[in-house]
Amino acid sequence: MTPTPFHVDGTDKGTVMLYALSTCIHCKQTRNLLDELHIAYDYLYVDQLSREEMDEIMSEMEKYNPNGSFPTLVINSKKVIIGSRLDEIREALK
Amino acid sequence: MPDDNSSEKIKKRFKELNQDAKKNGYYLNPDESFTMGLVEGLLKNAERYGYESCPCRLSFGEKKHDLDIICPCDYRDDDISEYGACFCGLYLSKTNVEKKITAPVIPDRRPSLKDRLTEKNNSSISNNLSYPVYRCKVCGYLCARNNPPDKCPICKADRERFEIFIR
Repeated sequence: MTPTPFHVDGTDKGTVMLYALSTCIHCKQTRNLLDELHIAYDYLYVDQLSREEMDEIMSEMEKYNPNGSFPTLVINSKKVIIGSRLDEIREALK
Repeated sequence: MPDDNSSEKIKKRFKELNQDAKKNGYYLNPDESFTMGLVEGLLKNAERYGYESCPCRLSFGEKKHDLDIICPCDYRDDDISEYGACFCGLYLSKTNVEKKITAPVIPDRRPSLKDRLTEKNNSSISNNLSYPVYRCKVCGYLCARNNPPDKCPICKADRERFEIFIR
């Protein structure tokens, strides 16, 4: 079964999906920025999933980021921002 | 937020890592709240997997598949040389520390899962040496002996981080 991402309420900027790790400081910085900007988004901590769920989510995420690195932010299934590039995220969600 | 007990553990581990870094010519990121966050991740991974794998990379909890990302990872030295920091930003170059440059966002040098699974052992120079040469994948130390040492005498990485370099 596909794991359900956690949802954070805020301003609607379309579908904003963050693939993250619970232990990763760059993922944390990215979440902090989204929270600070009050953007509505969904996130998954991939490290907290079962192995089957991990495989499923990783193949989904690798469509956007073939390297499979974190954080990977996908905006409206189009714009992909890899790493905590905060200025780029700000710009994309203006 | 970590409770008092775990924040003590984080501070203790931070201190150890800092001492080791200084002794071995490396530099921890001086941004303490950032670095403490990473150390917290390392300890969390040690607790759930049994080894300190990189907090910024996905582990499947199987050590043999994670040897390359056990901190310090196989990619640290190349990343410090090229970008002035390792992937997670725990280690910085001396220049970046002196110039007070924070950890840059850099691409992950680790091959994708698919590439890791299909990766061949590229250590295949055959020379009929009287001893094979082993290479520490963490720091590059080479030694000619029948088996790798239990610990790298240079960076103290475990024996399993060695590869055959020339046989």
